[in-house]
Amino acid sequence: MNNVTVYCELDEGKIADVSFELLTKGRSLANQLNCKLEALLIGHNLKGYEKMLFPYGVDTLFIADDNRLAPYSTLPHTSILVNLFNEEKPQIVLMGATTIGRDLGPRVSSALKSGLTADCTELEIGDHEVTRDKKVYKDLLFQIRPAFGGNIIATIINPDCRPQMATVREGVMKKAIFNPQHKGKVVDLDVSKYVDETAFVVKLIERHVEESKVDIKNSSVIVAGGFGVGSVENFGLLYELAAVIGGEVGASRAAIDAGYVGHERQIGQTGITVRPKLYIACGISGQIQHLAGMLESSIIISINSDPNAPINKIANYVIQGKVETVIPKMIKYYKENTK
Amino acid sequence: MKEYQIIVLAKQVPDTRNVGKNAMKADGTVNRSVLPAIFNPEDLHALEQAIRIKDQFPGSTITILTMGPVRAAEILREGLYRGADAGILLTDRAFAGSDTLATSYALSCAIRKMEKYDIIICGRQAIDGDTAQVGPQVAEKLGIPQITYAEEIISLTNDKIQVKRRLERGVEVLEASFPILITVNNSAPHCRPRHAKRLMKYKHTTTMSESQEISEDYLTASMGNNQIIMEWGVNDIECDRAQLGLGGSPTKVKKVENIVFQAKESLKLEDNDEDINELMKELITAHIIG
Ligand SMILES: Cc1cc2nc3c(=O)[nH]c(=O)nc-3n(C[C@H](O)[C@H](O)[C@H](O)COP(=O)(O)OP(=O)(O)OC[C@H]3O[C@@H](n4cnc5c(N)ncnc54)[C@H](O)[C@@H]3O)c2cc1C
Ligand SMILES: Cc1cc2nc3c(=O)[nH]c(=O)nc-3n(C[C@H](O)[C@H](O)[C@H](O)COP(=O)(O)OP(=O)(O)OC[C@H]3O[C@@H](n4cnc5c(N)ncnc54)[C@H](O)[C@@H]3O)c2cc1C
Repeated sequence: MNNVTVYCELDEGKIADVSFELLTKGRSLANQLNCKLEALLIGHNLKGYEKMLFPYGVDTLFIADDNRLAPYSTLPHTSILVNLFNEEKPQIVLMGATTIGRDLGPRVSSALKSGLTADCTELEIGDHEVTRDKKVYKDLLFQIRPAFGGNIIATIINPDCRPQMATVREGVMKKAIFNPQHKGKVVDLDVSKYVDETAFVVKLIERHVEESKVDIKNSSVIVAGGFGVGSVENFGLLYELAAVIGGEVGASRAAIDAGYVGHERQIGQTGITVRPKLYIACGISGQIQHLAGMLESSIIISINSDPNAPINKIANYVIQGKVETVIPKMIKYYKENTK
Repeated sequence: MKEYQIIVLAKQVPDTRNVGKNAMKADGTVNRSVLPAIFNPEDLHALEQAIRIKDQFPGSTITILTMGPVRAAEILREGLYRGADAGILLTDRAFAGSDTLATSYALSCAIRKMEKYDIIICGRQAIDGDTAQVGPQVAEKLGIPQITYAEEIISLTNDKIQVKRRLERGVEVLEASFPILITVNNSAPHCRPRHAKRLMKYKHTTTMSESQEISEDYLTASMGNNQIIMEWGVNDIECDRAQLGLGGSPTKVKKVENIVFQAKESLKLEDNDEDINELMKELITAHIIG
């Protein structure tokens, strides 16, 4: 009762990174609220998964294991969450703002008549005072999220309804082991009690999922290209620089819309959030929505022909020049001066 | 041949894609009045899917349902120009301040009032609230299945629909029976443009409130209406008022802020060999690269 619960999402049988990130956040919220951290895992062949989850500080792991529950489908998963939450009455529920979380979260919130805040970038505990009623709500979840296309930041609260539900995009929260020795308990749910036969009405006909090829989020160096890179050929220079100095290639949405690279490389509010040691922004103007995904990089270099590009304001180094002139020089120096 | 009753859910939104400086008020809130109000872009993708069904099954009907202020009737007309058959504007002060849950409740009550429906099609996401929650919440309230992130309707038979949906790194084809709610992804085809004949036919279509503004005479005003665009208020739907509007919204906006970035003290370099070599040397020495 009254705990913090994280829905752990499975991505082709692997627990998604965003779920670990949310467990880390969930653990710190639970500590502040002095309650337990619970995790919920739904799928098939889930024996042993607790070993991966307990180190993140999970006190209770609910498992629903049934071959009909993998891969994810809307109605059966909704049914388990709704029934379990009606019994357990968590105060906070967190899930990834992923294809799964954005399909499942609103469905569950609608059934429970509880509020859901989308795409939070920060979650904090705080008190809320309604001066008119002289009422103070203690220990609410402050759900902070961008809206209006990223032009504003709103703090959303759910004063009265429980659970307070929020989704968070991958990479926004940091993942960290809480305690490798931490032990929780596993509760195996009797699936037939939580899901009715009628929930299996939508049939999976075909499914095609590719292995994830790029791992931008965990790369300590990112060479990111924007619309200013100008062509697929010029993007080749970015790949070369990334390969030489040991990094990954990222992109702005305009570069992706122009067809220079695939959308799995998009960095920003509607892409991935990164915080590498070094971020080299090539031909990127630096609109709010892009900055939202890379602002926490330790060192930012901007290569831009326009000295007044907005990104230059947040860059540690600004090289005024053309991408196609500057990058070959960087590659050349590096090759000549390292073994 | 089968005929489908299709409902398209569409929202009128401020165009947040090009928010200039004058659109932000000093207190950090958005001055909606300076932003053009448009048909939510992804809802046009939804409308296109509906029109494609109608191309294939000509007896089908497309009704656009929108909840919003009186001026939201503009997008209903826009929908008529492109291929919809009718529009419903759900408008009432009682709906003001709705969060996604209250919005989906009001929409679901309006849908229940409509006689029969086979397919409800939504956009994935509105560009102002940006939550992508309303579609699935409506489906849950109506107790029907949903297929989100749809890209293409693969097949339609008397009692089954197959839909291809986009996943993060792949696709999935799902099969369901009717009624079903679908949310259409932005990777689905764009909507066809206005049709000249339809534009001529529908440009004088108005809602009750609009025609009353034009003509004081209630009788002629309501006759001009032709029931192509209907206007419903809270009294026209069966609902629990406690679940509507601000009062029926569990989420509240506590605070809204403008985004300000901390400017850094940056080092300006030229694109010559000397400056670039110096920078690279620094990065290598500090073990940031290499
Ligand atoms: C709701 C919403 C969500 C969004 N989400 C994202 C997101 O997640 N990620 C994202 O990136 N964007 C996002 N955007 C889009 C964002 O607003 C910008 O349109 C986009 O980031 C611009 O990309 P850009 O900087 O590459 O292109 P531009 O703004 O066109 O900038 C190109 C830059 O290249 C420079 N340049 C031109 N030629 C050269 C050259 N030869 N050498 C060097 N420099 C050159 C120019 O001076 C300019 O600064 C979103 C927008 C909205 C409305
Ligand atoms: C700054 C800010 C932050 C907000 N954050 C939240 C939040 O986190 N949680 C929350 O519950 N509410 C939130 N809201 C309220 C929310 O924006 C409104 O409830 C809005 O009416 C519906 O949500 P949306 O714009 O996100 O639509 P989405 O859920 O993104 O819309 C999805 C689809 O539903 C259909 N649809 C949506 N609205 C309508 C409509 N009025 N008429 C017909 N069809 C429609 C369309 O097909 C649309 O493509 C926020 C509002 C603001 C101003």
